[in-house]
This record gives sequence, C-alpha cells and structure tokens, in this order.
Amino acid sequence: MALKIAVCIKQISDPEYFSQITLDPVTGSIQRDKVPAILNPLDENALEEGLRIKEKYEGSKLTVVTMGPPPAREVLDWGLALGADEAVFLSDRAFAGADTLATAYTLAEYMGKMGNPDIIICGNMTEDGATGQVAPQLAELLNIPHVTSVSEVEFIDEATIVAKQNIEYGGYLKVQVQLPALIAVVKEINEVRDVTAEGLMDAFDKDFTTLGAAELEADPDLIGNAGSPTKVVGTFKQEIDRQKEILSGSVQELAQKVREKLSEANIL
Amino acid sequence: MSTNSEVWVWAEQRNGKLMDVSLQTLGKALELSQDINGRVAAVLIGDDAGALAEELVSYGAEKVYLVADAQLKNYQSNAYTRIISELIEQYQPEMMLFGANIIGMDLAPAVAARVRTGLTAHCSDLKMETIDGKSQLVATIPGFSGGMIVKISWDEKRPCMATLSSGAAEKPEPDQSRQGEIITVDYQATEEDLKIQTMEMVEKQPAATPVEGAAIVVSGGKGIKSEDDVKLIQELADVLGAAVGGTRPARDAQWVVEDNLIGSSGKTVSPKLFISIGASGAAHYSCGFQKAKYVIAIDKDPQAPIFEVCDLGIQADLNEIVPALIEALKTT
Repeated sequence: MALKIAVCIKQISDPEYFSQITLDPVTGSIQRDKVPAILNPLDENALEEGLRIKEKYEGSKLTVVTMGPPPAREVLDWGLALGADEAVFLSDRAFAGADTLATAYTLAEYMGKMGNPDIIICGNMTEDGATGQVAPQLAELLNIPHVTSVSEVEFIDEATIVAKQNIEYGGYLKVQVQLPALIAVVKEINEVRDVTAEGLMDAFDKDFTTLGAAELEADPDLIGNAGSPTKVVGTFKQEIDRQKEILSGSVQELAQKVREKLSEANIL
Repeated sequence: MSTNSEVWVWAEQRNGKLMDVSLQTLGKALELSQDINGRVAAVLIGDDAGALAEELVSYGAEKVYLVADAQLKNYQSNAYTRIISELIEQYQPEMMLFGANIIGMDLAPAVAARVRTGLTAHCSDLKMETIDGKSQLVATIPGFSGGMIVKISWDEKRPCMATLSSGAAEKPEPDQSRQGEIITVDYQATEEDLKIQTMEMVEKQPAATPVEGAAIVVSGGKGIKSEDDVKLIQELADVLGAAVGGTRPARDAQWVVEDNLIGSSGKTVSPKLFISIGASGAAHYSCGFQKAKYVIAIDKDPQAPIFEVCDLGIQADLNEIVPALIEALKTT
C-alpha cells in the first residue's frame, strides 16, 4: 500500500536563547532578531515517524510542509535532506499574525485542496507558543480524526491505525482511527536519524513549492491577523519580585539561618 | 452584558471520577460568572455519570448538561467534539473553559475549530478587564518559556474559549446543600463519531508524590550528578514531607518523573516553600515556581540567574549544605 504522508513542521526561536528575547521599549513588540532559529524539536520526531512509514510502505510519498516567513524555508531544506520527497512552503505576508485557528485554516487550505494526504503527522507542540492547538484544529478543519500525544502508531490495515495516546502519570489510551487522519507525536515515539551527506546532495533535486494566499485561493478573512479570533493585547517581561537575600557563613551557620528564616516566615 | 450569559466548564471524568483540574477550572468559572453576572454550567460526558452531575452541583455548577451513554465512558475524540459543539450552538454560552491536561488539550482545539471561535492555551489566569472602554475577558499566558507574560483577548466570536493550567485556580469548597439544574441530553452515535474510537484506557497512579498541590517542593537540576546526590535530595524532601521535582536535565537523567518536571513544558507549582538545588535558573524552569510563596536557591555558581528569582540564596556545594540542612531541619 502506498500512502501519501504529510509532515507539518515549524521553525522556532531556539529555546536556549529565550532569555535574550527582549521587548522594544517604545513599541512593546517582541525582538528576537539576535536569537538563532531551529526546527521545533518534536517536529524532528514527526519527520522521523513519517520517514519510517514511507520506508515501510513502498511507493509512499512524504511531503514536508511549513508556514512561515522567508527564513523558515530552511527547515524544509532540512526535511528534504532527511528524506522527504517534496517540500511545500506556505509563505505570504498575508499569513502574518495568525493565531492557531488561522494557521490551521491556512494549512488546511493546502492539505484539502492540493495535498489530500492519507496521514498527517505533527509534533505534539512547538516550544515557542507551546499551545499544541494547531494539529487538532487542522484535523478538524479537514473533517478528519486526530490523536495527540501519540507515542506509538501501528497500521492494522491500509485504512486503519491504532495509536497509543499518552496521558498523565504514564497512563494511556489505545485509539483506533480510520484514515485519513492526523497524529501529533511525542518524543518517546522514536529516535531521530541524522542527516547524511547523500541526503544533503539529494535535497537539491527535489520539488520545492512556495504557495501564497492567491495560489491557495484562501479566504482573506480567515488568514493571518484578520482571520485570528484571539488577539495579543499586551506583552510584558516576566518580573519576579523576590527578596534575593544571599546568605554567607559556614555550612552549619547557613543551615541554622535557613531554619531561622523559615520559622520567621511561618513556613515551618 | 446580558444576565443570561453562561460560563461553561468541561467537567472531565476518568473512570467515574472528576478530574481535579476540571474542578479548579470550575472555581475560575465561578469567579468569572460573578464578574459578568452570569451563571456557571458544566458539561459532563460519560457512561453512568448522574452522581457526578450532583457532585458538580455541590461544587457550584448551577446547571449541568449531562450526556450519558455506555459508548461515552472513555474519551472519544469525534463524539465528544460533536456533542460539545452542538451544545454550544444550541445554548450559546459566553465562555467555555477546559482544564489544560492532555485530554482537555486534545478536545478543546477541535471544538474551537468546529465552532470557529478563539481558544487560548495554558492560561495561568483569566480576568475581566476594561479595554477600549469595554469589559473583556483577558487571558494571561506565560510565553517564551515563561520569560514573557502575554495577555490575550478575543474578538466578537463566542464563546471565548480557554484551557486553564493545572494549579492556576483553586478548587471550590463543595456544599451539599447547593441546588442546580441537571439537563439530560440524548446521545446517538453517528458514523462520523465512530471513525475514532478509544478501545482501552489505562490510568496510572503517580509514581512519586505529585508536585502540584504539594505544600513543599524540593527541586533539582543538572547539578545533581551522582546517585548519592539524588539520595540527598530525597532525604531532604523526606525530612520536609516535600514532593520532588526538577528541571529538564533532571527529568532526562530520569531521577525526576516526567509528571514532576517543573517549568513551561511541565508543571506550574505554588507551594509555600520551594527549594531549588543545583539548577542555574533558566526562565523556562523558573516560570514554573513563580507562584511559590518562598523560594530558597542553592547553587555553586554565584552568577547563576537562580539567585535573581529567590528569596534566600545559598552559594554552596550541595554535598556540604544539603546534609547540614537535613540535620538542621530534622528537629523542627
């Protein structure tokens, strides 16, 4: 059985540098130009799972998709180097300012009109926004079932999968799903591979398609800022007001002081 | 705002038990309903859930929309999405809140997409605020791993939907004398519903004392290297009756369970005492304990940012200071 597989990925600011993100003192907008960009870590697991399915079912085709500003195309090159067959880049100024619903709508416009995948794979959440909302919303707009927090996926036949959905404290659900469907995966699902020199060379010859709002024939009222029912009304640097009292002395003295402090503060 | 506005809460049950985060969310809904002069209603889906509907009333729900059917015992993604979306279309609530646990985060986005309304994730607070002369719901969300606070509001579409983080609100006190209306809603499975079916649910108990709700949390970072270090942390926690949490490196080293990971990708805690040991204090970690009443930080590196977010800082080797602390605190 040959499957059409789509993997949605996203370029994000490297979480290691989140503390360097600042606010413009005048406009209040977020400044992250000095922060390096990376592929969202869980999206690597999504790609890996897509590649494994493609390798298992001969004739399958894997399309890697992202939406983002021009620099975001880098993550698609990476996907192609890892083994994706083609890349689709949804990029247009009109997509800017999208919340999760407008993002899901834009992805769904591509998937529904041109992609028609049997299975869509996403990372369970990105480390920047961390909402985890785009994947289930994309599935919903395509009117296909979804499972998030997936740590195992097994094909029962060409139209049915069983997914293990992790829940709290190591519990899980076993969910049987009819394809086409979307799964959003967690880290435990697999160990990701490295890019090979050969993969990098091959990537140059693969199809890379850039699509804007016009090519998608997207409804202008449903994309970008205009299509976003939630609005950011303020962004603040997190200020934590603490006493910041630094103790000194011998270890025994320090321990006694801690004890005194905790009694004073009525904690112990 | 009209006095008939309803604030809805999805009351999640697993194996016939209401989830704590749902009750906390109900607590937040009660606050908001007072602010808008509205009423709180819970949506409860399960198999034999009548007793739980009464329980929700005792926690303050003025109305419970009860959908009970054997097929709905466990979470069924398509069926639950359809049931809630249809109820929303029929009754038009002003707001709808979900607990931000794994199943809540699977369900809420699908419902929001189906009714085409706005949804904000992992809110640490929800409040009515006046913006441009209008009273509006505003969500507070930790962004960029907690280094930033982002405030989000909704456009004119209703309901305003949000998922609320565990620990962000308090569970109300139950009162058996409360009265409420229970509205029973029939369920008939559709072909669409059956495209996705939960075959089995396995619930597990926490492997360690959960950090959420603990009065004292002892938390470690990558400075905890050896098995002896781990023992020290555990011993200190035992002396204090504390839960043990940690940073991502601690989780990766597997001496802290995934469920007790502190920070933006884990738990937000609000204990009366938080002791951080051997963690430098990256923003994605420290946002997890910003609601703690009192924070003690122990780290070798005097430059560590953890000392900027603590009440009491101790620059010392954990192998020396922790045993001394255990001794000093044992006798309290």
